[in-house]
Amino acid sequence: MSAKASEERAAEAIPAPASAPKRMSGWVRFWRTYGLAILFVLMILVIWELWIRIFDVPKYLLASPTGIVAAFQKDWSRYLLPNLWPTLSEVLIGFGISVVAGVGLAIVLHLFAPLRRAVYPILIGSQTIPIVVLAPVLVILLGYGLLPKVVIVALICFFPIVVNGLDGLRLVDDDFIRMMRTLDASRWAIFRKVEFPGALPSIFSGMRVAATFAAIGAVFGEWAGSSVGLGYLIQASTPNLQTARIFAAIVLLTLIAMALFGLVSLLERVFCPWVSRGGAL
Amino acid sequence: MGERSVGVQDGGSDRAAGTSVGIAFDGVGKAFGDVVALDGVTFEIERHSRIGIVGPSGGGKSTLLQLTAGLLEQDVGSIEVEGETSTQGRLSRCAMMPQRDLLLPWRTALDNAMIAIENRGVSKNDARAKTRPFFEHFGLAKFEDVRPDALSGGMRQRVSFLRTLMAEKDILLLDEPFGALDSITRGQMQEWLLRALGDVPRTVLLVTHDVDEALLLSRTVVVMSARPGRVVTVIDANLQTEGLSRREIVTSPEFIQLKESALEAIE
Repeated sequence: MSAKASEERAAEAIPAPASAPKRMSGWVRFWRTYGLAILFVLMILVIWELWIRIFDVPKYLLASPTGIVAAFQKDWSRYLLPNLWPTLSEVLIGFGISVVAGVGLAIVLHLFAPLRRAVYPILIGSQTIPIVVLAPVLVILLGYGLLPKVVIVALICFFPIVVNGLDGLRLVDDDFIRMMRTLDASRWAIFRKVEFPGALPSIFSGMRVAATFAAIGAVFGEWAGSSVGLGYLIQASTPNLQTARIFAAIVLLTLIAMALFGLVSLLERVFCPWVSRGGAL
Repeated sequence: MGERSVGVQDGGSDRAAGTSVGIAFDGVGKAFGDVVALDGVTFEIERHSRIGIVGPSGGGKSTLLQLTAGLLEQDVGSIEVEGETSTQGRLSRCAMMPQRDLLLPWRTALDNAMIAIENRGVSKNDARAKTRPFFEHFGLAKFEDVRPDALSGGMRQRVSFLRTLMAEKDILLLDEPFGALDSITRGQMQEWLLRALGDVPRTVLLVTHDVDEALLLSRTVVVMSARPGRVVTVIDANLQTEGLSRREIVTSPEFIQLKESALEAIE
């Protein structure tokens, strides 16, 4: 093949021009993606604030956005920060355990079909048990410390990761596996080079769903018995009608969930660069 | 590494020394449930010859390839691939190039092409070093480190073909290799493959529904019927292709004549 011919062939696949005009600064892209959502939230906050001021809603009934900001200033070092750390560690440790255990179990169940048939129905069945009722049982069993909360977070996050991981592994196109078999691939090579990378996007989807559940799990755990954490703070502030403080704690819980979600999305971008997600977080 | 390069026979010829039969089908039948895909298929393929299999869609052509490769087991009859009759033995002799390129999207073009070498236990770096020189010859120079989604359809098929060749199997099974390409690219790829196969003394089994493609790329064309797939006729297509362009070949009177008899057999 002549050099000219290969040059001509090369020309048919140059991807550069398509992406060049789309290049814009980070802020412009950020604004295009999230601008409307930010405006919408600001609008709701303004209406909320005005509502409370115009109708003179008592502070203990409903906190106003400015009241929540004030609560952040007043309560940050005394109430919010000391209770943020325990909840954050429950969420992170529990989520970490569920990722390791969930992905691990999905792989084991995928590789050993008889085990999958034995365990999968039980796994699905176990999800009909509401975690809320499990929380007190776990507190009785494991005490009032960090452990029962971590277990509850892990239990709540575990299921979507296993199910998505297993689906991802199972739905890898059979044609890829046949192709690999004619190329002398062992069972392990097929798993490592085709099935696992193929299932990664699906595993990350499971992790994103799990990330939104993690903070809920921590709050359930704290409600069942605790003397620290944002869930505990909400519980303890309720009888005192510290409504603004409750809202501030809720804001922090939301931020934890969003940060975890963002972290998972970032990891997906690092580990699955071939998956294009147009602008989605 | 020169003597183990693509196009040079080594281990393969020792293994099959003494036999000139590459693949032999004897009364092969295969059904999926009530659907009979193949029935009484009997023919032989000489070693290092190029056979095209044409027939209507759903005629069990792909099934025949998967049986040959040992990816499926026949219900009746026997299949012998260079003396191997077990599915495992057949699998060890055949490399298959599928209709869809099936490049792994998370691997670069080079890492896709080298996967068979890697599967034999060679380290990634050695496998890359061994595969890289072929990119130039395949018109893929400078695209070694590009991921498949940035390659054109024709280039992806070339990477897929290189990957099949790098398996260093004596038998290449091509399952509608250009079926997913537009007709202009398909024509270019056929011309390219015709040259590429000329350098490669291997047994090639090409399944296609495109009569032109079969006549152009193979020496013998086996025409199969629709379900159940049976061999209707075998056409000797030993056309003069040396030094001729695809256009000159497919418009020659001999080609037209062969095409007519093939199309007649399909009907």
